[in-house]
Amino acid sequence: MTFTVLVVLAVPWFLWGDPRTAAGLPIWLWWHIGWMGLASGVFYLFTRADWDRYMGVSDV
Amino acid sequence: MSELSLQLGIVVGYLVVALLIGLVAYRVSTNVAEDYYLADRSIGTLVLLFTTFATLLSAFTFFGGPNLAYAQGPEWILVMGVMDGVLFAILWYLIGYKQWLIGQREGYVTLSEMLGDRFGSTRLRGLVAGVSLFWLFPYVMLQQMGAGEAITGLTGGAIPYWAGAALITAFMILYVVIAGMRGVAWTDTIQGLFMLSVVWIAVAWVLSAVGGPSGATAALQSTNPEFLALGSDFYTPAYIISTAVVIAFGVTMFPQINQRFFVAGSDRVLKRSFALWPVLVVLLFVPAFLLGTWAAGLGIEVPEGANVLPVLLSEYTPVWFAALVIAGALAAMMSSSDSMLLSGSSYFIRDLYRPFVDPTMGEDKEAWLARVGVALFATATFVASLSRPGTLIEVGNTAFGGFAQLTLPVMVALYWQGTTRSGIVAGIAGSQLLYLSHVFVPQVTVDLAGTAVPLFARAYGGWDVALAGMALGALLTIGVSLVTTPATEEDDSRFAIGAD
Repeated sequence: MTFTVLVVLAVPWFLWGDPRTAAGLPIWLWWHIGWMGLASGVFYLFTRADWDRYMGVSDV
Repeated sequence: MSELSLQLGIVVGYLVVALLIGLVAYRVSTNVAEDYYLADRSIGTLVLLFTTFATLLSAFTFFGGPNLAYAQGPEWILVMGVMDGVLFAILWYLIGYKQWLIGQREGYVTLSEMLGDRFGSTRLRGLVAGVSLFWLFPYVMLQQMGAGEAITGLTGGAIPYWAGAALITAFMILYVVIAGMRGVAWTDTIQGLFMLSVVWIAVAWVLSAVGGPSGATAALQSTNPEFLALGSDFYTPAYIISTAVVIAFGVTMFPQINQRFFVAGSDRVLKRSFALWPVLVVLLFVPAFLLGTWAAGLGIEVPEGANVLPVLLSEYTPVWFAALVIAGALAAMMSSSDSMLLSGSSYFIRDLYRPFVDPTMGEDKEAWLARVGVALFATATFVASLSRPGTLIEVGNTAFGGFAQLTLPVMVALYWQGTTRSGIVAGIAGSQLLYLSHVFVPQVTVDLAGTAVPLFARAYGGWDVALAGMALGALLTIGVSLVTTPATEEDDSRFAIGAD
């Protein structure tokens, strides 16, 4: 579920056709860069907490 | 020193460094197949991360991608992010970690070996290896063609195309034969770091000349304002989604990527790489593609058949730096091809030659034959690249779609114990047939109750036909598994984790 949200919103669909820029880059690109940073963070937390849960590995 | 010899010196110097690293790796290796193919399953985080990363990159990062950004705008960054950054990371976990767990226990070296063993079928093993090699061969050929063209372009034609491609091929054979997976992984790490640095230096250099990102973007605003708005007639949502999904799923089944799922030293290595992945993707592709985009606003004219990045750099940076970037691009092509050669050879020797020709082959002989395989494979693709057969180029360009067809049947098999041999064979064969027919049969339009319906088109309403093939593969695997019973040689405990 979390993964789905991460994939779907990696492209800022709500900014479709939006030409505004900030600090020299389009804001949809800033969104994407930030989102990838967020994805990394979420992935890191996942490796700490639930990494083995869906693999059936219990005794590690 | 003349410009030409300076450029050549940099490129050849680079190749020699790669070769030296290969020699060092050779000295710490032992002569058994598992070490040659998988570096004894002992690879650490930095090296695994970069060897996978460098392997993913091809000529596209430096040439095709920036060209596309120059012509159509920078939205490819999003495709890259979704595909490589997020989707691939998730598949890395779902398929990669699972394969690593299974491979660790059962000692598998290739995907086809793993499936063949689980379903007790040498034919399935041969089928998966054969399908993989079919798509891999032309893809290696494309890399050699790219390398040959890059060297010809760099030297202004002083070195002909065939000699450039031959030079690269010879170097690759040398160090892959000598060093195996460990050497490939080490050189990939150097090459990955090198590419990353070179791209950022290039951005800094160009931007300092044109007044920072705001200056470059302002210039773009006056010439191509449509590039700054998200989306276009070219980048439709259907295009972005199809491309990202097909390539991400295809990448997972590329032999050289898939084989990396077996090489990690511990699960900690897999975890760290997984979390760092999205950041790494952004770090490389954002600058590379932005350079191409900005070039459009800076009035860079790209001659027919040339690539935008070298033209841009020769405008704003000194000769030696432009040559370094070409070396970086060659590094990208070589780091993909060397891994493909190694994996291609292991698929061929282990999954086709050994089971069907010489079942009693020992480990020593296999490690030796694997090297012969690398040399043969590289020579064959080189010879093919000289005549540039149109059919093979077509296959190479559609390789991602072809590999993507394998992913869902494999995933079903990994996670559902009810999968049967007939099920997975039907899933793989069915989806390949559907996809191949769409690649090779020319499009025909039939009239169906008054509306023109295209058949055998590569895309329907903007959606890539590969997606349909993937769905068909999954449906066939599950459907046929449900109506057939497992053969006696099948062993579903092979993929069960944690039962012991």
